[in-house]
Amino acid sequence: MKSKLVLVGNGMAGVRVLEELLKIAPDMYEITVFGSEPYGNYNRILLSSLLAGEKTVDDIMLNGDRWYAENGIRLYKGREVAEIDRRNRRVVSADGTAAEYDRLILATGSVPIVLSVPGKELKGVVTFRDIRDVNAMREYAGKGKRAVVIGGGLLGLEAAHGLMQLGMHVTVIHLMNTLMERQLDPVAGGILKESLEKRGMKFLMATATEAFVGEDQLQGVCLKDGPEILADLAVMAVGIRPNIDLARKAHIHCERGVVVNDTLQTYDGRVYAVGECVQHRGQVYGLVAPLFAQAKVCANHLAELGYARYEGSVVSAKLKVTGIELFSAGDFSGDKAAEEITMMDRTRGVYKKIVLEDNRVRGIVLYGDTVDGSWYYQLLQDGTDVGNIRGRLMFGQSHLGDSGHGGKNAAAAMSDGAEVCGCNGVRKGDIVKAIVSKGLFTLDDVRAHTKASASCGSCTGLVEQILAFTLGGEYSETAKVKPLCKCIGHTHGEVRHAVKKHRLTSIRSALDYLECRTPDGCHVCRPALNYYIISTWPGEAMDDPQSRFVNERIHANIQKDGSFSVAPRIWGGVAKPDELRAIADAAEKYRVPMVKFTGGQRLGLFGVRKEDLPRVWGDLNKAGLISGYAYGKALRTVKTCVGTEWCRFGVQDSTSLGIKLEKLTWGSWMPHKFKMAVSGCPRNCAEATIKDFGVVAVESGWELRVGGNGGVKIRPTDLLCKVTTEQEVIEHCCAFIQLYREEAHYLERTSTWIERMGLAYVKIWTVEDPGNRRELARRFRESQRFAQKDPWAECAADPEKSREFVPIKQLNRAGYSHV
Amino acid sequence: MSEWIEVGHIEDIPRLSARVVRAEAVDVAVFRTARDEIFALRDRCPHKSGPLSQGIVHGSRVTCPLHNLVLELTDGRVAPPDEGCTETYPVKTEDGKIWVLLPRN
Repeated sequence: MKSKLVLVGNGMAGVRVLEELLKIAPDMYEITVFGSEPYGNYNRILLSSLLAGEKTVDDIMLNGDRWYAENGIRLYKGREVAEIDRRNRRVVSADGTAAEYDRLILATGSVPIVLSVPGKELKGVVTFRDIRDVNAMREYAGKGKRAVVIGGGLLGLEAAHGLMQLGMHVTVIHLMNTLMERQLDPVAGGILKESLEKRGMKFLMATATEAFVGEDQLQGVCLKDGPEILADLAVMAVGIRPNIDLARKAHIHCERGVVVNDTLQTYDGRVYAVGECVQHRGQVYGLVAPLFAQAKVCANHLAELGYARYEGSVVSAKLKVTGIELFSAGDFSGDKAAEEITMMDRTRGVYKKIVLEDNRVRGIVLYGDTVDGSWYYQLLQDGTDVGNIRGRLMFGQSHLGDSGHGGKNAAAAMSDGAEVCGCNGVRKGDIVKAIVSKGLFTLDDVRAHTKASASCGSCTGLVEQILAFTLGGEYSETAKVKPLCKCIGHTHGEVRHAVKKHRLTSIRSALDYLECRTPDGCHVCRPALNYYIISTWPGEAMDDPQSRFVNERIHANIQKDGSFSVAPRIWGGVAKPDELRAIADAAEKYRVPMVKFTGGQRLGLFGVRKEDLPRVWGDLNKAGLISGYAYGKALRTVKTCVGTEWCRFGVQDSTSLGIKLEKLTWGSWMPHKFKMAVSGCPRNCAEATIKDFGVVAVESGWELRVGGNGGVKIRPTDLLCKVTTEQEVIEHCCAFIQLYREEAHYLERTSTWIERMGLAYVKIWTVEDPGNRRELARRFRESQRFAQKDPWAECAADPEKSREFVPIKQLNRAGYSHV
Repeated sequence: MSEWIEVGHIEDIPRLSARVVRAEAVDVAVFRTARDEIFALRDRCPHKSGPLSQGIVHGSRVTCPLHNLVLELTDGRVAPPDEGCTETYPVKTEDGKIWVLLPRN
């Protein structure tokens, strides 16, 4: 039976925990959610846009009723939990609805602080926290009417901006001398005030509110030692405090917030807490990024993975007021140890301040030009030593040349004519036009409509930036749990689970079971299903050639003119003269236009006509060469250096280990292509540190590295472990491949898989658990029994199989009457 | 000017795939769907001339192997959001034999 998970609080933090949890353990819990508001889960950050009328409630909804239903989550909307009965492990709402739990998440958020001054209960005095507040504000708002906003912080200014948009006269009352004093220094606060004043906003600084006056409806606001100002609406935005009443009542330890540890557990281990109601290492957070980081860790722990921990966040803030660019992060107050670099251009309205300590960024304030905000923020979070770029730091990342950050923030600076997607020749202007004219919202939409980033994907980051830049605040990077394709409404995880649980061994049975919306799937789901089926049921499931991309179906790489390339396997990159002779002979005999050394230490024959393929393979086969799997989602090559056999630096025999690994692993279908390399010494001539599985010899044995990628997005490998014998390398290699085969999504490279699951996850299952490692390796070898078939030997032996290579009919091109 | 040509037997084409007819001026891809419908299209994607005969067939559609454009086998049109169209040729079957009305110079 599934464990019961109850979430109290249907806000952004709590629901994010569920989203993260569904990604990694979709079937572990029976989930119930209580939310006090009568809505699904919405994006609270966009309340100011809702207020300004730029958005509707539907626009800001993150997960509607359908999402809950699709994920089997019971949602109690508009029901506030009144009591947690920890002894009997159940929660009860005010209207008596009860739910039992094995684990409980508190995400009760925060409540706006209400000033304790006379008149606070008058009609027209509101706070700014939820949709109900916004509705109330819109009720009293109106063109030409007067509004007072109390509080010149982030929230107050956004509310003030929203009310101005509605045509109101707005006065902001602030207790301090500087606006947004928690995010801005006095200089930036001053510029902000000036520019808001230019738009017609009025300010009364260093002033406290004494009373709201009026009979039944608000008429004015009284200030301490000052005049009374007329007002039809007063908004209190003086801050928030964690909503801990429920936790307190249940005697869960609270201070300012509900106190949690690094796995987001309260003093009751069954009860987790995330979000604004939480106090972690003495800190309380009110911005969204830390909440999402907490959610990820909490989900990891709920899924019983238990390797992630939350260690606190450095927060950054952006003001969402159209036309005002403002970014701030970290600590910028500056004490003795800190050094400040500032730049000011009042005419252009640009101010930048970077606070350094010990050559590391500690605080950032940017006004007017925030293009480099996320770069500085990254430097701050990483604690990067900026000593050697200090002289140019102020001018931003683009002044550093390509430092490997690949186009971050380049989007805004690009001209419309600049090419974004080199593969498909798409310019920035095309993308912007498509986004605006066709109302595109997501990366997938942009891919579908423009083809930008739809091929190699290396410009994905840039396309996302253009999307973010064009849509402004409307763009959300939030990764959603996505269905596999348009015809199958389930995620990769669900599909794989179904294949295993219900013993789906054919494409037909899988399509039927998954209630495919089209007659026989599509080019996206069929290859994925075929992979899940054959990798889950080796020896039992039938491979479906019609569900394979042509490169896998006929083991050759389709070229732009419809011809093919063939690359026979050259074990470890070591070739014998008679093999080279056979390749040369085939190249001449079939008039192959180009023979090229590939990056993986093979020889490729390029431009082979389809009908020649079986004969080319036949000839190569006779010389003992195998030509299958060269372009599939499978083991590609094992690159080696010459190691101790020849190299004066070599410390191990990398060549023969590479050959052994290749002979062991070739022919295995994988979620995506898989590359290996073995280097004979730490000089690493085989470039093993950018492979999916890389082996680097050291004096005392071998370093095993995983998750590298040298293509689309460079990612160096992570060190998995160090071993001493070849036998251990082989066992780790098999186990790692099998874990990847069993758990990664189809078309997910090891690099992205490891980034999704975490290296610790791989280590737990392979390095730290020898029993499980052996079991994985055994399953890999078992599946290899059915996999290592030379497709061309099969094809040459069976004329039926070679039929598809020749035209069904060849007509005399001089005229049909002769046929 | 066109002529009906017998190009082969339905069993010569596996379900959900295509075979090529080398006609006088063009290559024609003859498709067979899961429900044994037969369609003939010019073996050339309107986008970058990819050989449609090598694509994955699903429903009454084919996905071009070069850049994943999806074409309707019934009328040769590219499915939105992409645009374009390739030629189709009339097809008939008699006793399992496939006939295609092919153009002549």
